[in-house]
Amino acid sequence: MTSTFLPSKQSGPDTGPPPPVADRGRGRARRRTLNWLTATGFQLPALVLFIGLVLLPMLFALYAAFFRWGGFGMPSDYVGGENFTRLFQDEVFLGDLWRCLVLVVLSLALQLPFALAMAVLLNQRMRGRAVYRMLFFAPYVLSEAITGILFGMIFAPDDGFADQVLGRIGLEGLGGEWFADPSTVMATLFLVMMWKYFGFHMMLYLAGLQAVPKELTEAALIDGAGPWQRFRNVTLPLLAPTLRISVFLSVIGSIQLFDLVWVTTAGGPDHHSETMAVTMFQYGFKRYQVGYASAISVAMFAISLVFALAYQRFVLRRDLEGATTTMRGDGK
Amino acid sequence: MTVSRKTRGGGKLWSLHLVLVVVGAVMAVPLLYAALSGFKSTDELSRNPVGLPESWVTSNYTGILASGDFWRLIGNSTLIAVGTTVLVVAVSALSAFSFARFAFRGRELLFTLFTMGLMFPFAVAALPLFLLLRSLGLLDNPLGVILPQAAFGLPMTIIILRGFFRQIPGELEEAATLDGCGPFGFFWRVLLPMARPALGTVSVLAVVTSWNNFFLPLLVFTDATWWTLPIGVQQFQGQYSADYAKVFAYLVLAMVPALAFYSVAERQLVGGLTAGATKG
Repeated sequence: MTSTFLPSKQSGPDTGPPPPVADRGRGRARRRTLNWLTATGFQLPALVLFIGLVLLPMLFALYAAFFRWGGFGMPSDYVGGENFTRLFQDEVFLGDLWRCLVLVVLSLALQLPFALAMAVLLNQRMRGRAVYRMLFFAPYVLSEAITGILFGMIFAPDDGFADQVLGRIGLEGLGGEWFADPSTVMATLFLVMMWKYFGFHMMLYLAGLQAVPKELTEAALIDGAGPWQRFRNVTLPLLAPTLRISVFLSVIGSIQLFDLVWVTTAGGPDHHSETMAVTMFQYGFKRYQVGYASAISVAMFAISLVFALAYQRFVLRRDLEGATTTMRGDGK
Repeated sequence: MTVSRKTRGGGKLWSLHLVLVVVGAVMAVPLLYAALSGFKSTDELSRNPVGLPESWVTSNYTGILASGDFWRLIGNSTLIAVGTTVLVVAVSALSAFSFARFAFRGRELLFTLFTMGLMFPFAVAALPLFLLLRSLGLLDNPLGVILPQAAFGLPMTIIILRGFFRQIPGELEEAATLDGCGPFGFFWRVLLPMARPALGTVSVLAVVTSWNNFFLPLLVFTDATWWTLPIGVQQFQGQYSADYAKVFAYLVLAMVPALAFYSVAERQLVGGLTAGATKG
């Protein structure tokens, strides 16, 4: 629909009276150049900012990853791919990958279905709907660092609120060391992530649900479909593009997780909650092995890139195809 | 028959409400617990961690509010959030205008470049960015946070604004051109005023992102004078780790601005996030 307003690529925006016949060719070329200059002129500030502070730093990390370097002066001690081969022997980094996968699986299996269930619940007309929606989403606007510190105190062993409450209702067995115990630290971290982020995914789903035409579910109802069938066969397929975006954001979020971990455990106990970003921070800013830290950055980048491209290719493609064909259809 | 259906419906509704109340409690209790704990003395907090305060102690809260440190953090966070927002929205609006209203060679390539930026976590660039800022002398300088935040905010802001700009009818542009408006005149006098809701949306997103940013200020500010709120909270917790009640009060006060902002700008925030997600 929107594409109707855009001048198509071939013709260019033709405004103003047509130039005299003899001049037409030269005039058009000049106008096209002028148009290009104006268009790119508007892009210039964004380009400078983006290239200078996003692209160049990333390229520099790629360069620095091939050196043994403490971070001062220019890197000079070239070591080839050593930093990268070291990555695959580094148990902490391999553990980071594993923990990232664990968080992704937990999110897909628990957080997103829960968010979807809440969205379906709150999509109904009911008393207090707006209040619940606001309350469930509220943690999303809090800083991760502040949230982390709060839950670090709530889950403090013995004295913390969680253990105290569980003790009072006779469930001491469920309490424990939380963040301080290697076997429970990831589960605790995931609980906090769920508290903070399910509301965001719920909001995405609610927006998606609003776009599902009422006529379709009503038609299914008339055809005798039960509530589950209506959800499974009508609502869910129509919600698929939103679900795919939400999965994408959830995975990217797990790859870059830093703040929450840094303020609660700093990766401990004994690396059991460390993430790639935390490992990178440790090497880059605490141990001054900047070359190796750069290699971790590059690996994170490569993982994000491969995931993003694969996801775009295999999962998002259908949505994009749908979008472009409708646009083309409307543009005519 | 009608009666039985009514009660069944009522029962279902009742159980739905029960689910929502339980989830709502889980969401609200950590925040309420922190707020109540701030009204206790640390002594009482260890004796009575769960119940209401025996006597409501306000000194934790008033002590923090009376200290200049807390207000300096608020001031720094505000300055950086406003600076970032103005910069990212201004620069993105120009770029989105060009993407939405011009057909030029390289447009799709350039747009792809920006959308790629959406996929890359900030953590990836943190280290080289730090090195760059250090060589530019921008450490312990608010620009060292404002400029990168604006740069990393570009992709999302450009995508959202481009979507809005494309919806403004082309006839308006023709009319403006006939009235002697150049491209910039059209952008400044027609497009921007019409896109005010969209500008509001992206501004709210930028403010919240900047306000909550932790990683970048952690890298850039070693000097306490420029610390932002999340850094300040972390430092305070480290400093008073034994004085729980005080830390809770500090946490609560640090959450108030974000929650207040959310209650005012809920519509823009949610609209922006969903628009960004579905159009990205």
